[in-house]
Amino acid sequence: MYSKYETVIGLEVHVELKTKTKIFCACSTEFGAEPNTQVCPICAGFPGMLPVLNKQAVDYAIKAGLALNSTIADYCKFDRKNYFYPDLPKAYQISQYDYPICLGGHLDVEVDGRKRRIGITRAHLEEDAGKLIHQGSITTSPFSLVDLNRAGVPLLEIVSEPDIRSAEEARIYLEKLRSVLLFAGVSDCKMQEGSLRCDANISMRLLGATEFGTRVEIKNLNSFRALERAIDYEAKRQVDALENGEKLVQETRTWDEEKQMTKSMRTKEEAEDYRYFPDPDLPPVRVAAEWIEKVKSAMPELPEEANQRLVNTYGLSEYDASVLTLTPEHLRFFDKCINLYSEPKVVANWIMGDLNRLLNNANIEINESKVSPESLTDLLLLIDQGVISGKMAKDVLEEMFDTGHNPEAIVKEKGMAQISDEETLLALIDEIVVNNSKVVEDYKEGKKKALGFFVGQVMKTTKGQANPAIVNKLLLDRLGRE
Amino acid sequence: MSAYKLTVNQLINKVNNKQLSPSEIVESILGRIEKVDGRIRAFITLTGDSARNQAKQAGNQTEAGVLKGIPYALKDNICTNAVRTTCASKMLEDFIPNYDARVAKKLKNAGGILIGKLNMDELAMGTSTELSAFFPTYNPWDLTRVPGGSSGGAAAAVAADEIPFALATDTGGSIRQPASYCGVVGLKPTYGRVSRWGVAALASSLDQVGVLAKNVEDAAIIMNIIAGQDSLDSTSADLPVPDYTSYLGTDIKGMKIGVPRQFFQKNVASEVKAKIDQALKKYEELGAIIEEVSLPHSEHALAAYYTIASAEASTNLARLDGMRYGINDLTAENIEDMYTNNRGLGLGPEVKRRTLFGTFILGSCNYETYYLQALKIRRLIQQDFEQVFQNFDLIISPTTPTTAFKIGSQVHELLDLYSNDMLTVPINMAGLPAISIPCGFIKGLPIGMQIIGKPFAEGSIIQAAYAFEQNTDYHTQKPVLGVK
Repeated sequence: MYSKYETVIGLEVHVELKTKTKIFCACSTEFGAEPNTQVCPICAGFPGMLPVLNKQAVDYAIKAGLALNSTIADYCKFDRKNYFYPDLPKAYQISQYDYPICLGGHLDVEVDGRKRRIGITRAHLEEDAGKLIHQGSITTSPFSLVDLNRAGVPLLEIVSEPDIRSAEEARIYLEKLRSVLLFAGVSDCKMQEGSLRCDANISMRLLGATEFGTRVEIKNLNSFRALERAIDYEAKRQVDALENGEKLVQETRTWDEEKQMTKSMRTKEEAEDYRYFPDPDLPPVRVAAEWIEKVKSAMPELPEEANQRLVNTYGLSEYDASVLTLTPEHLRFFDKCINLYSEPKVVANWIMGDLNRLLNNANIEINESKVSPESLTDLLLLIDQGVISGKMAKDVLEEMFDTGHNPEAIVKEKGMAQISDEETLLALIDEIVVNNSKVVEDYKEGKKKALGFFVGQVMKTTKGQANPAIVNKLLLDRLGRE
Repeated sequence: MSAYKLTVNQLINKVNNKQLSPSEIVESILGRIEKVDGRIRAFITLTGDSARNQAKQAGNQTEAGVLKGIPYALKDNICTNAVRTTCASKMLEDFIPNYDARVAKKLKNAGGILIGKLNMDELAMGTSTELSAFFPTYNPWDLTRVPGGSSGGAAAAVAADEIPFALATDTGGSIRQPASYCGVVGLKPTYGRVSRWGVAALASSLDQVGVLAKNVEDAAIIMNIIAGQDSLDSTSADLPVPDYTSYLGTDIKGMKIGVPRQFFQKNVASEVKAKIDQALKKYEELGAIIEEVSLPHSEHALAAYYTIASAEASTNLARLDGMRYGINDLTAENIEDMYTNNRGLGLGPEVKRRTLFGTFILGSCNYETYYLQALKIRRLIQQDFEQVFQNFDLIISPTTPTTAFKIGSQVHELLDLYSNDMLTVPINMAGLPAISIPCGFIKGLPIGMQIIGKPFAEGSIIQAAYAFEQNTDYHTQKPVLGVK
């Protein structure tokens, strides 16, 4: 029954722009400081305090807009969104209501080998709210503490068109969006630190229908996985309801990570009237064409250009290129490796395979890793020189990742160097052959498994350090003479 | 003559000539306050100790600013570092800012000495200072009457010689109307001329800081200090500031003055009209050209003003939630109760009324009907003024329809109370500069004349006001407080 429905998804993505100071005051935006140490009377909403727009935030918004193929509005303004909450010091959030800075735009994504263009409705600037801190859960905590360090950090809210059709597509769109914003250099986009946050609007309709179904907004999607799971859960919930003849209500739901389900927060009727109106403390912003040109001319390489470069220059597959361009750090790492080591495909495999696995397990970015482009390519050279085998190299890489030591040192320290010396190996082989005359007979009778036995014995004796290619060659030679 | 009676200019000269020390001035002022403020009740907070210390230090300084040793006071919505700033609201009764408003800082840097903080209608909402959450202020000319508002404390203090000058705010007439009622000079500069930073907002698009002083010359001296762009106030104008004292004593021959007929309607007392007519004759004698003009949309100004001002106030004051400062009911069961109790206990009835009104207006269903409509009227009012100013240098009208009313007489008559602002509100709606100067007495009560100028033409206003002042003696008359 699910297959006769189509999922319609639009994402609202909030990214914190990486300005040094907040959007309307001079407080630092640095993440992770002691609570309420990055607060001043302005961002704490004291009487008489006035906002002054941080030009850098506008600059980043323009940059993001250009990277997302948006039109930069020549006129935009700020409005007050009014509501009471303890993390909102002025009891209004300064946002952009009807004249956002970025209009339209799109992102091209690839899902299951199909290219899809996801429309972007708009992107607007606003200030972040503070954070409430609870003891345990919000419902049982005896108190709420307020940390205003985040209050006033600049946000860009990027609203997509309802063009997304599956949970996977939503994740890929968000990954691509993140990659574009990272390359443009406007945000850190760290979901775990909250500098990239996502709400999803989901509705279901029968395949082929043109009308939209009843829309549900899901909040609290703090990871790519949560986004995918919440959409899948919600799509199923909505289809089940429709199939049971229930009427869906337009509402806001929250993703419960623990229970892996969405829960209703408030219905449309309970929704607040935010009483938007133009903020009289802030004059409208006029973005001159020269300003846009200036930002455009300073635009760094974006993922799509980088992608093409990897495919055209290094002959990588589209897929490999897309993985290497997920973050600018990955690309930078790859580019450095290529300067030191001439086989792009080999480098790509090591980064995408073993290194990425280690990074994911440790939950760190490639630039935070102790493995550098220099040490990784040194490792590859050790393989080429026959000092270690590819299999040994995987262990060395792990050691490098943990300790930051260079591969030569690790190989030496652990006595991991491959034994390629033919004389040493021949002596060993001689001994093993002599001690296993029964197996030699099997070999002569054509039992190919016997060769494997001897290789195994050599490896066992050398604790895996024998160079397998040489062992093979010597064994064939030796057994041939029996 | 006792120091407290002197004007700012006289005090500056006496200090420069070493005829008076800052300490002598401060003592004289504090003595005067002690003597009369029990009856006037202009001050919410006195900073006598720090004023005495500052005066002592100033006395030892060889070089200092223009205002070296000159006392001043501030309306209590102008934030002062380490000095309680209450906005005459229970909510902020114990609020001590850790910052100086830009204007407070400028006066401090000029060597001025803060004597105290002045009473006002709570959060600047009102026209009588009866709506102070603490106590009313009394009109020095008749203690049974109001001093006007919301800057009633400031006007009364200047009128009673408790302070040589004061800074206050004017959103719809809050400087000019009390100036008229108390017989002092009240100047509201062009919107954007003076920084609003650190001044608790009522209606951000209308608020402007200005001066209450004993004469026009003093107002010009103070304007020289407080005017100018402020990088912390995005709405402050990036325009050069002239020397306002250079406009004092210049000829007004040939100056064209428009008199808007809509400002002389039947709700303006005939005695008031007569006083303004007299004043206009004086201007004619001085060589000005007087002609009737029309500002047809000003009759809608009051309704549009209360719509816009309440809308902005409802969100400006939302920060007074008790979470970070102000009254906080920690016994509340939940967050909704906490908000309700904090604001319920902390804010007075007029503040609540306008907050509710403003919240209603900004609601998505009413926004177009009320708020956008009011903005359109505002634009039309601006256009009226622009049109007149194509042919005229200044506009003159009464400041208030009547003289000061009796305490308690209008408290329950909302529309009467609001209509005290009807002649001053259009000027804020257009963002223009205007001054109120004394132009006579009716049954022993002073009445003011309003002179309105083009945007940023405070100089012309000062020029015309000074010319009138030089040829009249209304500003030199003092209320009799029966002090022995």
